[in-house]
Amino acid sequence: MSGDAAREARADAAAPSPYLAHHFPSMAAQLETSKLGLWLFLGSEVLFFSGLFTAYGVFRANHWALFHYAHHFLDWRMGALNTVVLVSSNLTAAWSVRSAQLGDRRGLLRNLALTLVLASVFLVVKYFEYSHKLHNGVGWGAACHPSAEILASLPDAARALPVPRDLGVFFSVYYVMTGLHGIHVLVGMGLYLWLLTRASRGHFGAGYYVPVDAVALYWHLVDLIWIFLFPLLYLIG
Amino acid sequence: MRPIVNQPSKHGAGEPAAPHVMSPRALLGTAGALLALTAFTVASSRVNLGEWNVVVALAVACTKATLVALFFMHLRYESRVQAVVVGSAVLFAVLFVAFVVFDTTQYQPDIREAAERIPAKAP
Amino acid sequence: MTPAEAALAAPAVAGESYLTHRRGVRSWLFTLDHKRIGIMYLALISACLLLGGVFALVVRLHLWSPGGALVSNDSYNKMFTLHGAVMIFLFVIPGIPSALGNFVLPLQVGAKDVAFPRVNLLSFWLFCAGAVLFVATLVAGGLDTGWTLYPPYSLESSRGLGILLALSGVFLAGFSSILTGVNFIATIHRMRAPGMGWFDLPLFLWALYATGIIQIFATPVLGITVALGFLERLFHLGIFMPEYGGDPVLFQHFFWFYSHPAVYIMILPAMGIVSEVVSVFSRKPIFGYRFIAMSSIAIAVIGFFVWGHHMFVSGQSRWSNLVFSFLTLLVAIPSAIKTFNWLATMYKGAIVLKTPMLYVLSFFAIFGVGGLTGLFLGALATDIPLHDTYFVVAHFHFVMVGAVMIAFLAGLHYWWPKLTGRMYDERTGIASAILVFLGFNLTFIPQFLVGVAGMPRRYATYAARFQGMNRLSTVGAFVLTLGLGFALYGLLASLRRSGARAPANPWGAATLEWSAASPPITENFAVPPLGRRPYDYNGLRKVSDEAGWVGVEEGAR
Repeated sequence: MSGDAAREARADAAAPSPYLAHHFPSMAAQLETSKLGLWLFLGSEVLFFSGLFTAYGVFRANHWALFHYAHHFLDWRMGALNTVVLVSSNLTAAWSVRSAQLGDRRGLLRNLALTLVLASVFLVVKYFEYSHKLHNGVGWGAACHPSAEILASLPDAARALPVPRDLGVFFSVYYVMTGLHGIHVLVGMGLYLWLLTRASRGHFGAGYYVPVDAVALYWHLVDLIWIFLFPLLYLIG
Repeated sequence: MRPIVNQPSKHGAGEPAAPHVMSPRALLGTAGALLALTAFTVASSRVNLGEWNVVVALAVACTKATLVALFFMHLRYESRVQAVVVGSAVLFAVLFVAFVVFDTTQYQPDIREAAERIPAKAP
Repeated sequence: MTPAEAALAAPAVAGESYLTHRRGVRSWLFTLDHKRIGIMYLALISACLLLGGVFALVVRLHLWSPGGALVSNDSYNKMFTLHGAVMIFLFVIPGIPSALGNFVLPLQVGAKDVAFPRVNLLSFWLFCAGAVLFVATLVAGGLDTGWTLYPPYSLESSRGLGILLALSGVFLAGFSSILTGVNFIATIHRMRAPGMGWFDLPLFLWALYATGIIQIFATPVLGITVALGFLERLFHLGIFMPEYGGDPVLFQHFFWFYSHPAVYIMILPAMGIVSEVVSVFSRKPIFGYRFIAMSSIAIAVIGFFVWGHHMFVSGQSRWSNLVFSFLTLLVAIPSAIKTFNWLATMYKGAIVLKTPMLYVLSFFAIFGVGGLTGLFLGALATDIPLHDTYFVVAHFHFVMVGAVMIAFLAGLHYWWPKLTGRMYDERTGIASAILVFLGFNLTFIPQFLVGVAGMPRRYATYAARFQGMNRLSTVGAFVLTLGLGFALYGLLASLRRSGARAPANPWGAATLEWSAASPPITENFAVPPLGRRPYDYNGLRKVSDEAGWVGVEEGAR
């Protein structure tokens, strides 16, 4: 083994952390391998969402007028608010890793809790967006029949146009993309709740913080997806 | 069966880099940059640039994504393997999106021609 | 022999192994030991092979007569669909990586386990769940869309529960595959024995690494495809269904972006096994090690660029047809490189004609034909008349069955002593290899011929002039089944109490798994091993058939 690795392994053998899995020679090896595994999984997530970006691209490229009309139904301010919320939650998530690395338990708890709270705010805003549309008949696919009320709320340029027959296709793309993203946010919240529970029991510190790092990486991916969703859905110029 | 006695393996049983801790300045700076770029992308969408709107929007989004990856996800301070992983994922994703979108735009004339030729079914 | 030799050569019957370490169903179902997970996968995928085989025999029996001999047209459609879906998703794709790879990889790399044992167990449970959903599809009225599940037919409102169950099953099986790929790549990157650089890896591991790349980057696209299909069927999204504004060719792009790389998930591990066996059973280091290693990666990468060759007549654009046809011809090159290197390995080697080698020799003959017939299908002009004929069916069975399944059998026999600590009976093994080779060719060569003559695939009936060839094919299917039966019997019979025990290294191989006991202890190695040259046979000599091979140095101590 290289010098550093051998030293680490000896140190870990002398006073093994309870969190060191039997098949790793050292905590450092465990951390590095776990991060690689997570990055590989995130790579698969990128490809998973790529299918939806493809569907978006195909329909936008071939039905530009439909997409331009339909995006008026989306409130860019709610989208922008959610972007701010998500960026902030990513700041607190990245900070939570820093807190764990420095052994700052209170900072860790604070940042984990903040991330969780901000994630919930995101979903609350999403809930308002969805319910407003669904109550006004703006569903997906064949179930898209916008009410007179919501049509009246569109900007003048859009109100003048007839409602496209395939409006539901845009909203299918919208609901599936934001919905799948929302499911990932929900899963992330579950993971942060789990981290909070473990952190409150003092599991994490400078010697062991793999789960905090791993969940934060996942959470940053969730933000990355939204970074693309927001302009593509809400800001169709 | 003689073991190999050669140069020490670079990738043997875990070769750790000392974990890099992000400074508050770097974290806040990244967050600030992301928020500023968000404001920019919203503002630019309200200006009519025609086809360039989507180009600007995607360019800004890519910049933001790069900042998140390099700093929040500390790719800048990690071994190259992770960067290769995410880079490959992005390349394959771009291949998929770009080629499929391109292909569908190319066969739209065939669809229109068929639609004119074939009487539509009564709904 | 010296006491040291005796100690090394003694099979680990008396001692505890991973099989006896803890007993009871719970210790297996909740195990974190990669070897136990591999064995469970092996049992499950073998069962799936049998299930898929039953559907195949129904298909072949039905095609005994031009008017259909066995079932109704509707039922026939269900039979070929389920045959394809079960075989592809539950046997050929997961088979070698999950059953053999899980067991062998940590041993070959000198580690105690894979990088993420709990994720490995999760992979297994997800696979079980996927298999259960496929079986549920059977019960819920079946599926008659072809394994390719194309809309609009597959997503019409009248499609019942079967399609939803099948889509869910595919999703779970796919997720299992992704997690396996993550585990394998992380393990190979970070858990190699000291001294084992990248170019000291056994070629089976290069193959699994390349397979992992595809599993991680291609399978998620299948996941989103079936998820969208599921939602489209339920909520009429209008992504794929034209009557709601969608595009059915888009589904084909989505589907084949995964399903073409998937065939490399199938073949790369098989090629990895061939590399191992051909070297050991020629008593010669593998020829062109770096070329074989790099061509595995090349196949994995180029494989992502050719999916449209399944869509030449789908309505995709002329540009796509040109580009995909050209790139498809490129992907044949790394496979050819491997084949030449394998043959060069055998040249002037001391060939040992045991069961694994017989299967590998079959592989060379069959993969050669299978690969070359792929060129006819990759070339645009010849594909158009051959599309959806039995030529295509024969081509993919040559590569998926004749190459992948036969390599699987080679690997199973090769590593059987390590998995179980038993030696299978060589004569039964040889008989199985011969019957499988004969039966396989009798089944599928006639299909090339009727395909060129114009017989379409996925039809329950056919023109009378194709009858002779179809009957030959049906007979061949039963010979193949007999051969597989021999193989199964020979392997299982070795597990009897009176079965012959295997030494640690019965074949004289030089890769690390053979320095563990047969079967290994739970931690794999009593002393963590150091990396060694995987195909250097100089330091080995044979003690006896029962005691196997030992290292020259260790024996002399």
